[in-house]
Amino acid sequence: MTRPCLVTGARLRYDEVREEHLLLVPEGAVRLNPTAAEVLSLCDGERSVDDIVGVLSARYGGADVGEDVRELVDGMAGRGLLVDAGE
Amino acid sequence: MPASERPFTLVAELSYQCPLHCPYCSNPVDIGHPRYRHELGTDDWIRAFGQARGLGVLQLALTGGEPMLRRDLVELCAGARDAGLYSSLITAGTLFTAGRARELKEAGLDHVQISIQSPVADENDRIAGNRSFEKKLAAARAARELGFPLTINCVLHRQNLDRIEELLELTVELGAQRLELANTQYYGWAVVNLEALLPTWEQLRRGEEAVARFRDRVGPAVDVLWVLPDLYEDLPKPCMGGWGRTALVVAPNGDVLPCQAAATIPGLEFANVREHSLEWIWNESDAFTRFRGTGWMQEPCRSCPLGRQEVDFGGCRCQALRLAGDPAATDPVCRFSPHHEHVVSVRESAQTGAKAPPSEAAGFPQFVYRAIKRPARV
Repeated sequence: MTRPCLVTGARLRYDEVREEHLLLVPEGAVRLNPTAAEVLSLCDGERSVDDIVGVLSARYGGADVGEDVRELVDGMAGRGLLVDAGE
Repeated sequence: MPASERPFTLVAELSYQCPLHCPYCSNPVDIGHPRYRHELGTDDWIRAFGQARGLGVLQLALTGGEPMLRRDLVELCAGARDAGLYSSLITAGTLFTAGRARELKEAGLDHVQISIQSPVADENDRIAGNRSFEKKLAAARAARELGFPLTINCVLHRQNLDRIEELLELTVELGAQRLELANTQYYGWAVVNLEALLPTWEQLRRGEEAVARFRDRVGPAVDVLWVLPDLYEDLPKPCMGGWGRTALVVAPNGDVLPCQAAATIPGLEFANVREHSLEWIWNESDAFTRFRGTGWMQEPCRSCPLGRQEVDFGGCRCQALRLAGDPAATDPVCRFSPHHEHVVSVRESAQTGAKAPPSEAAGFPQFVYRAIKRPARV
C-alpha cells in the first residue's frame, strides 16, 4: 500500500444520532473509533502511509503511531475498504 | 432509546410499476390492488427521509418496482442527500440512461445497484419477461463512467444457478465492486413459482464452490455476497435482522412495514407516513411492536435449546404463517419446529426433474410472470 484512499463510494461521517464515527459504504456501515476515523480522514490518495504516520505523530507530540496506523490500513485494505491510489 | 433499537435502513418502495416481470419479485402478489394506486408525493417522501435520519437511519434504498419510473427521482435523491442519508438506487437498469444517470449523480445519489437475471442475453430476457439485457449492460457502463460504485444483483434459482461462473466474469468486466448473489427467498411471487425456481442441492453446492474459487482469485476487490435460500437451512435467519430492529419499509402508498412481505400477515395494522411520524410508527405502531424482541415467542422458541432467541429472533414471520399457519409460530425452517418436515419435503421434491441444461428452457416448468397487466411475449 503506497498511497491509500477510500474505495469508491465509501464516505466518512459522524453520526450525531448515535454519537459515533462511521464509514458508510454501499448498503453498510463500519463503526470506527475516533482514532480510526482520524487515520481514514488522512487517506486521500495523495499521502503515503509514512506521511500519515508523520501527520499524526506531529499532532500527538511525537508519539510513535506507526504500528497502529499500518495495522489499521492493512486491516481496512484486506476488507476492500482502502485501495492503493499509487497502483 | 438504546442505540441497538435504532433502525439503520429505510427501504423506500417508490412505485410497484415495473417494466420487468420477474417471477420471483418480492412485491405483493396483489400489486394491482387499488390500495397501492395512490402513491406518495415528493414532499411526503422527503419528510419521511428527514424523520428517518432523526430516528437513526443511515442507509436509504430507493427501490420499487422500478424507482426510475418516478419523475421526481432527482428531487428525491437531493432530498436524501440533504437529510444526510447514504442513498442506493436499486434498478433494473432499463431506464438508467447516461443522461438521467448524470442528473442523479449531480443530485447526490451515492450508489447504483443493477439487477441482471442471467449473464446470457436471451435467458436474461426470458426470466425478466422483457428484452432488457443490452440496456442493463449499457446502464452498468454509464454508472461506472460517472464514478458511481456499482453493485450487480442477481437473484438465483434453478434456471440460472448454473451460470454463476459467467456471471462472476461479467461482474468483473462491468467494473462492479459488489455482486449480490441472492438465492430466491420464497415470498410474494416466488411462492407462486416455487416449483420452477427451487434449485437442487447439487446446483447450490457448485455455485458455492464457484464463489469460493472467485474470492480466492480476485480477493477483496469484488465483494461477493452469497446467501443460501432459507429452505435449505435447518436453523432460521434473523429475518430483516430481527422484526422492527434494523429496518423500515415504506410501500408506494406510504404504509410502513417491518419487512417487504409483512402485508401478507392478516390482522397486522400498518400506519401510514401521511398520518404518523416514522418515530411513532417505529416505537408505537401495531405492526412494529407485534413481533419485536422475544416476548411474543411461543414454544419451541421460548425455551430454544440453542439459546438463539436473540440470534435469529424466531426467523421469518411470513414463512411461519405460510408453512405453519401462524405468524407467531417458530419459523418452520428451524429443525425444532413441529412443521420442519414440510420444509424437508419441499426441498426433497426439488431434487428431481432438473436434468435439463439451463439453455433448454422448455425443460423447466413455466413461469407465472409478475404482472399488473399481462406482459408481452418475448
